[in-house]
Amino acid sequence: MAKQNKQITITIDGKKIKTSPGENLVKAAKTNGIFIPSLCYFESNESPLGTCRVCTCNIDGKPSPACMEKTREGMEVEVNVDELKNYRKAIVEMMFSEGNHFCPGCEKSGNCDLQHMGYEMGVSRSRFPHIFKDRLIDFNPKRMIIEHNRCVKCRRCVEEVLTDDNLQVFSFCNRGNETVVGIDYEQEAKLSEEQALNAMHICPTGAILVRGQSFAKPFGDRRFDMKSVQKDYQKQLPPENPDKPREPKTIATISLAGCFGCHMSMLDIDLELLDLVEFVEFNKSPLNDIKEFTKRCDIGLIEGGCCNSENVEVLKEFRKKCDILVAVGECSIWGGLPAMRNTIPLRECLEEAYLNGITTEPGEYIVPYDTDLPKILDKVYSCNEIVEIDHYIPGCPPDAHHIWKAVMNLLWGEQYSVLYSEFKYD
Amino acid sequence: MKKKKQDKSQDRSKILDCLWDFQNQYGYIRDEDVAACSKDLDISQVELEGVISFYHFFHRQPAGQITIYLNNSIVSECKGFQRVKEAFERETGASFGGIDPSGQFGLYETACIGLSDQEPAALINFYPFTNLNTLKVRSIIARLKKGESPASFCDKIEEKIRWKPPKDKTIFFRDYYPGIAVSKLKDYSPEKIIEEIKKSKLSGMGGAFFPTGLKWEFCKNQPASPKYIVCNADEGEPGTFKDRALMNEIPGLMLEGMTVAGYAVGANQGIIYLRAEYIWLKEKLEQTLSHFRKMNLLGENVGGIKGFDFDIRIQLGAGAYVCGEETALLNSLEGKRGEPRTKQFFPTEKGFLHLPTVVNNVETFCAAARIIELGSEFYLNTGTANSPGTKLLSVSGDCHLPGIYEIEWGTQISDILEKCQATDPYFIQVSGPSGQCISNKELNRTIAKDDLPCGGSFMIFNENRDVLNILINFSEFFKHESCGVCTPCRAGNFIIQRKLNKISAGLAYSSDFEEVKEWGNIMKVTSRCGLGKAATNSLLMALDKFPEYFQSKVDHHKEGLNKAFHLEQAVQEYEKFNN
Repeated sequence: MAKQNKQITITIDGKKIKTSPGENLVKAAKTNGIFIPSLCYFESNESPLGTCRVCTCNIDGKPSPACMEKTREGMEVEVNVDELKNYRKAIVEMMFSEGNHFCPGCEKSGNCDLQHMGYEMGVSRSRFPHIFKDRLIDFNPKRMIIEHNRCVKCRRCVEEVLTDDNLQVFSFCNRGNETVVGIDYEQEAKLSEEQALNAMHICPTGAILVRGQSFAKPFGDRRFDMKSVQKDYQKQLPPENPDKPREPKTIATISLAGCFGCHMSMLDIDLELLDLVEFVEFNKSPLNDIKEFTKRCDIGLIEGGCCNSENVEVLKEFRKKCDILVAVGECSIWGGLPAMRNTIPLRECLEEAYLNGITTEPGEYIVPYDTDLPKILDKVYSCNEIVEIDHYIPGCPPDAHHIWKAVMNLLWGEQYSVLYSEFKYD
Repeated sequence: MKKKKQDKSQDRSKILDCLWDFQNQYGYIRDEDVAACSKDLDISQVELEGVISFYHFFHRQPAGQITIYLNNSIVSECKGFQRVKEAFERETGASFGGIDPSGQFGLYETACIGLSDQEPAALINFYPFTNLNTLKVRSIIARLKKGESPASFCDKIEEKIRWKPPKDKTIFFRDYYPGIAVSKLKDYSPEKIIEEIKKSKLSGMGGAFFPTGLKWEFCKNQPASPKYIVCNADEGEPGTFKDRALMNEIPGLMLEGMTVAGYAVGANQGIIYLRAEYIWLKEKLEQTLSHFRKMNLLGENVGGIKGFDFDIRIQLGAGAYVCGEETALLNSLEGKRGEPRTKQFFPTEKGFLHLPTVVNNVETFCAAARIIELGSEFYLNTGTANSPGTKLLSVSGDCHLPGIYEIEWGTQISDILEKCQATDPYFIQVSGPSGQCISNKELNRTIAKDDLPCGGSFMIFNENRDVLNILINFSEFFKHESCGVCTPCRAGNFIIQRKLNKISAGLAYSSDFEEVKEWGNIMKVTSRCGLGKAATNSLLMALDKFPEYFQSKVDHHKEGLNKAFHLEQAVQEYEKFNN
């Protein structure tokens, strides 16, 4: 590290940058203001892990993770090529599909590297079906809680968290799709408060929590809450085609297995709503309480996924009556919070809710079933598991401006920049 | 920041042996064994649990006094796996994945056990039982229940060498007299050996085809010592059994090849990493080793060369396909989880215990011994200009004569099919699931490094076999065998498999095929090691090569609905509350 006088030149996306030789490529790029998405990589670890593959770039023409590369004279790096961007995004999406990531209910939200990467890359949904595997939440350790639902198997804790006797506290166990990070209770108990907190901090997600410490910093003040690391993600560009005349259009909206939060968010553009209704007529929608479709609509906004047979029927009707269907919010995109039940068999859910729950009325030991009631599905389905969905607006709930910018784009072809702070939700 | 202290490396590399002792003694590894062993090695219990749970022949729950591993590879599936599986369950009273109530029998599925020419096959307490059918299973279980030991009546594995080139072109399966290659060493300097190997253009036969001479030279030129010679006898690629044949028929040749390598690079120790599926070969190998030591073909001053000491030991694996990847194998040898290492160093620089190591597979060492015995001229006289020599193929599947074929590089597929009497080939899988598939329109292609490089597996399927069934079997295999370290391989294989099941059920739209292609490619580009990179090879190829077949699987009536969703099915569970 001492000899840093000699500088070398490497090329990243056609731009020549000067750096010292043998430096980690992700770090060297960062120093020069170039963002290479990364997840398992963290600067304090001298030997990079190369597990997550999120930083895959073309190194001298060959795809390889940037964190495993050291800078050398003449190195040619491609980062922002469409193909590579797609690969990297896919890997982050894979992590969301593989784990059970319910950001609105997570202590780490706003401080989470995985969530952060999702925002930076503009992940609006995972292209992969969610696996919904039942995973353990381990309360046994003395000081920690291990939330296996959120673990992305980056291996940081395995390599970095050691006791004073240099024993591993964490280790990968099993293999393949069954791989989990195991914790040694005996060793965990030996960690100092500081060591335990370090474990929580190096965990890129909310998989390692230290009791009583996870809310030390309030939401809104957290690392990734408001600011993007990419400069042009924070600039409001002037809209394109704003002066084109707007044809009148018809919108329908519905809340299926959702909380109406997305509908509340739609109202959050406040006064602009008055401008909007000049050009837009609402047909079937809870906003105007029209219960049945009276005409064909240009666009249908769907909040919520499908948890019962009625949701399925309504969704299919929307598909029939609307030209464009947009899934608005996490629940309609992949199930969202209601999908927390997807890892548990329906029978257990119902028995807990109606038979064994502490609020059950004495003597009322039945699970409601009646021909007049919608039938409950075995799990919560995302909308695209039932019908074809054309577009997705992420968020829990999505930002009001994000919703309307997207809708105006779809209806009239107007183009707006969606800012990090608008894309960033929950 | 604290640094992890050096492992007690030498002690630690005995972990697998130690765990095998527990497994053999108690039928599983008990909590007290884990506690004792981790204390001995000064590692945390969770670290040891990590090692144990990586290998599927190690159990943390009782696995029966008699443990039966039935092969679930695709060839086994074609030859009646399902019926045999049911027969085992019926006869033993156990279900696969567990033991029967009395704890006598444990039934487990396992990936290819290297007996594809005699499927369905199983290992019972690691003794081979082949060509199974319902009747045979009934009689085996009856005899086991009577108290006969599996060792006393297991099948003797006879190698069927179905074809070899004329005598002046045969490399492997020609007459073998122990010691010829080693006796020639004294005529050569180590440099000359490497030169001779380089001249022969020998390259790694495991499937990566790295030039062997170059590898040896890299290792020789490393200043660090001691150096190690590691023989990769972990042929796990489904459908391969040619290394088995070599070790079963001419184990000495492999030992001589290792000795030649040891002499060339200046190593004193060789290690054979033998896959646990071949435990039944271990005794034979041990006997050959002690015979060699008696003949001074191993030990001190080997072959009468003063100062050249070389010996070989056997390290048993414990069931993990990925350990065939050389850096994963090295980790396993060191008593760790068999996860492939990052590619910062070649094993020739930092291999076993971070010391210079040559890793070659059984066939490569055998070829090297023959090259020294017969001369590189002889070797160059066979095969093609770019791929000289011969290649051992393990032929299995829908043909009349499964077995070992020693062919010259450059042989046409049609020629091989004729020799093994495959009368209606439809789908041929070259080099196993991670290799390539070819259709019956490509029979004029050749087994050669510049056309179809082949690691050894050659599986033939006729038109009655469902292509998706084959691909789903492969994807199940990769899903199970992925080491779990990198995202695309760990999650990708699982995701792809779900998609294949959807396609197989006839619920796919053409967009699903586009997605499978895209996803497969993502895994190929971004995975960490060869396993993930190759896992979707066959799938991607099959989609191109069997368009009519896949077209027949597409549902063209989309109407905006996703037909994989069935309302009746989705409410079935809830309907049970109707009373």
